[in-house]
Amino acid sequence: MITEGVVELSRWQFAVTALYHFLFVPLTLGLSFLLAIMESCYVMTGRQVYKDMTQFWGKLFGINFALGVATGLTMEFQFGMNWAYFSHYVGDVFGAPLAIEGLMAFFLESSFVGLFFFGWDKLSKGQHLMVTWLVALGTNLSALWILIANGWMQNPVGAEFNLETMRMEVSSFGQLIFNPAAQVKFVHTVAAGYTTASAFVLGISAFYMLKGRDAAFSQRSYTIAAGFGLAAVLAVIVLGDESGYTDGEVQKAKLAAIEAEWETEEPPAAFTLVGIPDQEAMETKYAIKIPWVLGLIGTRSIDTPIMGLKDILLKNEQRIRNGMKAYAALQKIKDSEKPIAPELVAEFEQYKADLGYGLLLKRWVDDVSKATEAQIAEAVQFSIPRVVPLFWTFRVMVACGFIMLVIFALAFAMSSIRKCRQEWLLKLSFWMIPLPWIACEMGWFVAEFGRQPWTIAEILPTFLSASSLTEWDIILSLSTYILAYTCFLMIEMFLMLKFIRLGPSSLHTGRYHFEIAEGAVK
Amino acid sequence: MIFDYETLRLIWWAFLGALLIGFAIMDGFDLGVGMLLPFLGKTDLERRVIINSIGPTWEGNQVWFVTAGGALFAAWPMVYAVSFSGMYFALLATLCAMFLRPLGFDYRSKLSSQKWRNNWDKALFVGSFVPALVMGVGFGNLLLGLPFNFDNDLRMVYYGSFWDLLSPFALLAGLVSVSMYVMHGAIYLQLRTDAEIYQRCKKVVLYAGLITIALFLLAGLWISHLPGYHILTEIVPDGPSNPLLKMVKKAEGLWLDNYNHYPSLWAVPAGACILGLVTVFLSLINRPGLAFISSGLTLTGIILTAGASMFPFLIPSSIAVNSSLTVWDASSSVSTLHLMFWVTVIFLPLIIVYTSWIFKILRGKITVDYVHDNDHKLY
Repeated sequence: MITEGVVELSRWQFAVTALYHFLFVPLTLGLSFLLAIMESCYVMTGRQVYKDMTQFWGKLFGINFALGVATGLTMEFQFGMNWAYFSHYVGDVFGAPLAIEGLMAFFLESSFVGLFFFGWDKLSKGQHLMVTWLVALGTNLSALWILIANGWMQNPVGAEFNLETMRMEVSSFGQLIFNPAAQVKFVHTVAAGYTTASAFVLGISAFYMLKGRDAAFSQRSYTIAAGFGLAAVLAVIVLGDESGYTDGEVQKAKLAAIEAEWETEEPPAAFTLVGIPDQEAMETKYAIKIPWVLGLIGTRSIDTPIMGLKDILLKNEQRIRNGMKAYAALQKIKDSEKPIAPELVAEFEQYKADLGYGLLLKRWVDDVSKATEAQIAEAVQFSIPRVVPLFWTFRVMVACGFIMLVIFALAFAMSSIRKCRQEWLLKLSFWMIPLPWIACEMGWFVAEFGRQPWTIAEILPTFLSASSLTEWDIILSLSTYILAYTCFLMIEMFLMLKFIRLGPSSLHTGRYHFEIAEGAVK
Repeated sequence: MIFDYETLRLIWWAFLGALLIGFAIMDGFDLGVGMLLPFLGKTDLERRVIINSIGPTWEGNQVWFVTAGGALFAAWPMVYAVSFSGMYFALLATLCAMFLRPLGFDYRSKLSSQKWRNNWDKALFVGSFVPALVMGVGFGNLLLGLPFNFDNDLRMVYYGSFWDLLSPFALLAGLVSVSMYVMHGAIYLQLRTDAEIYQRCKKVVLYAGLITIALFLLAGLWISHLPGYHILTEIVPDGPSNPLLKMVKKAEGLWLDNYNHYPSLWAVPAGACILGLVTVFLSLINRPGLAFISSGLTLTGIILTAGASMFPFLIPSSIAVNSSLTVWDASSSVSTLHLMFWVTVIFLPLIIVYTSWIFKILRGKITVDYVHDNDHKLY
């Protein structure tokens, strides 16, 4: 029997490993594109500085990429290791996009990344440029398939429960691939990656300019990053807004929790800017509200209501009761002789859509159909995510996004009139570096914590998904991961800072700051 | 649909084999080279020669491992769930060791400190040795059966511990795996290096090749006295993927059943042994290119030998034999197998084409002078 402890620890482990992995992924996603853009400039203009830019930022890309690959291994195997019932129950659907990711994207990116680093003298200019674009394509396709898998966890379309195999099976791949939740998540996430990489290049270039080093190199890098970054951050904000407007019941509960929207308001609903949400009392104290905004974001209309959490709970209670009936019918089917009587199947079919809600009760009672009223009441309370963490992480993410928008807009405006060498602007650009990472980590949290108590929305509760391991098993593995990842991160930061300080001098071309200063080459 | 469920399950059994063989051939030599690194490279330059012989390609090769995991998830979700959660700490050890590879390759030569480099060389050894060993041990345990069963909801419960995995037979399987990758890695190095390293590789191929064959034969003899598994009830090749619908028996020598029914299968293990000898011979007469092909075929033979004795079993259960997972009751649905079939027949050849192109671009010997002259451009 699975214990609360095992589930909690497994969740912590997934969160820790995913958040670590997601420190490296956004930079890889965006920097691969920036490298391709820089190298395209080199091939088109033939100017050496663009090649040096590609190679130097490529060095930093490589340092980051190594840890992305290392921590990504865990992600591919952790489903089977720690979420065995999840893997069995939805593997028929969820496994396919992961496998396609490997075959279509990860192979492409990893095979060509070696040629990117070591192929400069072995390939023609055009061939090398193609290799760089293929790496960028591979990383972004990889994100596409991962987010199709993740989008299905948020809004599980195109799948049916199979009575004979006791699991979910695919009914329509078209729906799985063109899942609106997945499409929105994909564009939002890759745009966040482009923003991250732009902020990285922008900030470090600003650092070189502040130090008065390598003017041509850093100014060109700054300009490219400012343009690409402004487009990216605009896309993130617009498409993030689009995420508020997607399908799926659990997505609605997530939206209401993010906004601490307890009651269903008269449309269009007001947006709570800040306040102190209280889940027990189901109210938000000291709320500062902006009228209309939430209604507009959430529904794109002024007359559609946004359902508040209290109403969602009422609806969930009904679904949990239906789920109990579905579970009871399922047990009867399991115990009956083959062939199964059609009435039994019909009874199950009637309540099948709510089977997952019934399974929520498994946390309190093994035979779900015999749950008491008190247990049902408890399950209802747990059928929505916790509001406070979502409320704040979302606001931090959005605040980071808007601050970045302002800085990128200034950077773009000033560099397009060739006046970006202002100390205040360069300092702002430099100090912006951590913001995209904070926003990305918060964004991951909002998306995944907001889906609770489900691993697969409305189908499989998180509680049931874990492997039958012991608490000590996971304490041991979790501490191993934390220890190993933290060591790796420190080594990575050490190398990254070292190469950032060296700057393009690290290419040993003899053209850059430290080499000239030391009189090494003339 | 052009294939029925039965055919698709057989195809996916073959594809899984193909991915594992692809992994063994492509990532296998990287593992072998990584294990040989501290022993064959006497100086820092020599070690860099060894590392750069696989430097630009190890990353792509490692994807065979990741993709085999993904394909297992998509096509055989129960096998993925049972093996990975059951052999939890073995997988954890493999993962932790494999973390060291991207870091070792990418970071080692970024600083000139000899201490830094020596530590990463050790990390690369661990990162290559542990996965090679654990994968062999894992396969040994699949042949022995894992201690698991399913409850009424098809939730798997596992009754073993990490230490139970380290039985003598499983460790022998681990050694077969280590020695075959060492052989394969040494031949690859022989192909890509010259001078002293080349001569050292020849010696390694000789010993590792002979040891691989000897251990493989020993494991074969041993297995004929170990319990194997057999399905008793009538097989329903297109039945639902529910492993609780059949009866299985467990008895000594049953893993030779398939060989007794189809004597031509003996060609597979015999071929593996002969090709192993051919590999050693080709290496000795300085034909590393042909030896590499022959070595790849040897690995293929060894993996196919295990597959042929276990078929149709994927993971037998040693304590609840009827819970065993087989080709006929542990797969994905017919539509998922079908979709993944098309994805594989489109992308696998494409992968082989661009990988070949990359190897063609990077062909040729890596020499000490080359590494010396390109100090800042190489690993």
